[in-house]
Amino acid sequence: MYRETEILKQPGVGDPDVFGDMVINIGPQHPSTHGVLHLVITLNGETIKKVEPHLGYIHRSIEKMCESLSFRQFIYVTSKMDYLSSHINNHGCCLCVEKGMQIEVPPRAQVIRVLMDELTRLASHQLWWGAGAMDIGALTPFFYAFREREMINDIMEETCGTRLTMNYMVPGGVMTDVHPNFQKRVHQFIDHFKKKIDEYDELLTGNVIFQHRMKGVGYLSKEDAISYGCTGPTARGSGVNCDIRKLFPYEVYNKLQFDEIIETGCDCFARYLVRMKEMRESLSIVEQLIDNIPEGDIQAKTKAVLKLPKGEYYSRVETARGEFGVYIVSEGGTTPYRIKFRSPGYSNLSALDHMARGGKIGDLVAIMAMIDLVIPDIDR
Amino acid sequence: MPSLENIANSIHQWLNNNFSGPWPMLIEFAIVGVCIISLFALLGLVLIMMERKVSAWMQLRLGPNRVGPVGMFQTAADTLKLIVKEGMTPDGADKFLFNVAPFIVMIIAMVIMAPLAFAKNLQIWDVNIGILFVAAVSSVSVIGVLMAGWASNNKYSLLGAMRSGAQIVSYELSAGFAILVIVILTGDLKISSIVEAQANGWWIFKGHLPVWIAFIIFMIAVTAETNRAPFDLAEAESELTAGFHTEYSGMKFALFFLAEYANIFVVSAIGATLFLGGWQPLHFGTDTGFNRVMDYIPSSIWFMGKTFFLIFVIMWFRWTFPRLRIDQLLNLEWKYLLPISMFNILLATLMAIMGWYFK
Repeated sequence: MYRETEILKQPGVGDPDVFGDMVINIGPQHPSTHGVLHLVITLNGETIKKVEPHLGYIHRSIEKMCESLSFRQFIYVTSKMDYLSSHINNHGCCLCVEKGMQIEVPPRAQVIRVLMDELTRLASHQLWWGAGAMDIGALTPFFYAFREREMINDIMEETCGTRLTMNYMVPGGVMTDVHPNFQKRVHQFIDHFKKKIDEYDELLTGNVIFQHRMKGVGYLSKEDAISYGCTGPTARGSGVNCDIRKLFPYEVYNKLQFDEIIETGCDCFARYLVRMKEMRESLSIVEQLIDNIPEGDIQAKTKAVLKLPKGEYYSRVETARGEFGVYIVSEGGTTPYRIKFRSPGYSNLSALDHMARGGKIGDLVAIMAMIDLVIPDIDR
Repeated sequence: MPSLENIANSIHQWLNNNFSGPWPMLIEFAIVGVCIISLFALLGLVLIMMERKVSAWMQLRLGPNRVGPVGMFQTAADTLKLIVKEGMTPDGADKFLFNVAPFIVMIIAMVIMAPLAFAKNLQIWDVNIGILFVAAVSSVSVIGVLMAGWASNNKYSLLGAMRSGAQIVSYELSAGFAILVIVILTGDLKISSIVEAQANGWWIFKGHLPVWIAFIIFMIAVTAETNRAPFDLAEAESELTAGFHTEYSGMKFALFFLAEYANIFVVSAIGATLFLGGWQPLHFGTDTGFNRVMDYIPSSIWFMGKTFFLIFVIMWFRWTFPRLRIDQLLNLEWKYLLPISMFNILLATLMAIMGWYFK
């Protein structure tokens, strides 16, 4: 299982390169892995020869756990996977159940769901911005990002009751109506954040040191991005057209005016720009919807106990990190027979070795920061 | 008002009148030792507090505000914690080098203080090669860092130490060239003469272009030499956890920490001495009223004010810039700063010969 021992045992005779190798464990406790990711990296001086991610430190067998939970219950376990986009995870699961039960979601619930998704995406990207800058060595952006993220968390807290794992979506709609302050607060946030996102650019994007750390680092060509199964900003930074909101529109996304952000730089800076521009796009989506929440029900009429008809169902949503897929096999009972989640982080992580080879240790950290790893999402 | 100069002189007089033989010198030696060590302790407290407050101010935080008035004793509490902590030595470490490294780093930082002019005529040792002494001794501190990294028997430490070695050795050159510009203009290595030469105007005003270039290069180079962000690759907490002092704990770690701040103080003090006139007050031409007001401010306040301004600038760097990568760091030095400094030396020499600076 532990392959690093095999690397150490490699005979060095006749192969001068092996003498120069140094194997370092980065993680499972390390400041820049953002969780319990364990990377075994082989170095030659400062240059990376190989990166091996070792997973499983936070594996909770969520997929197996879901098999013993009813179709209403399993949705809320997924909040704990990608905890930075818990709304969107829940949304994906709800979509899959609704597809199976053929539930029509009321327009009001659809709009609220999309609003929540986009606010979650903003919050997630803000955290990424702060934490990513911290990995590069700039500590101040972290606090700036949290200032704005706090506003979103407050909005979420009012409506959903929690700040991180919201558990707000139910099959057929949303759990409760939005808080009376919701619109006012979101307007405040939009006005505030529109100014602050320019400040983000001033502080970090234009910084020459930052650009040097990002440009040309972690090259991932379009073909490689597709073959590794990368999605989300990681792939869009390489010019892959993969925004689920555009390709397979769900809820009200096909009625909205927004662009799919694609950069063709193929490096960390392109991924950075994709996320920065996505923040502006999400902000514009929120702006379009916040004054146009239709009146009506927040939930479709559903039975108390859901029984998905026998069959296989798949739905996908675009989380802050990429495509999140839910695959349910139902035998017609009250619980799923088998569940599989396609988490974006796992596929994106698989490209890490490819991107980091030949770079420096500092590059590895920058690449990891720009993939935006969330380890519970990878390990599940 | 009794100035520091008078106090020092009267102590010297009194000792010479009441003791004979080697005793006055030995007693002065002890007094200076105690003063420097307590200055260090004080600097540690003040600078760490300052760093915390500056960073808090830049990061929309309050900073420490619980222990003592406005959190002033937070550093004291932290120091107490570090003192009572066990100073562990890893099994695989080279015990002698591991334990001696923090002291070397610390002692170097102390020794550099010897020729500094803290106020008018308040200098421990006005050696005639003053600034050369500073440049020479400060380059020894890399040995302490390398020792710490090597002796720790830790891969992160080793990488951090190697980075630090490459970095300090490279940036010494630029710092040296920047210092040379002032030496050329002054025509003397002695710190007191350098300060004296700025009585009618600080070098940053008198020396215009070459001195401005030298000042900017000096600030970049000393930031790198003290291992401060954006050049904190030796520590690089997001890459190497803590770099060369990963394995250190307790008071040994605190010594590294303290030495970092002492070094910041020392390099800022040298910057203030060379470019900002040391303890010389700010004078504007023939505006005697203004000049007299400025003269009334004690020279030690001038010196400390300038030094702390430069310290603030170095802290400002840290809380604004991302970290460079190791190859970019070396590129910056060898491809940009060093050629520019060399050209700058020529320019300064030409200026000194032709007398093109303001007199």
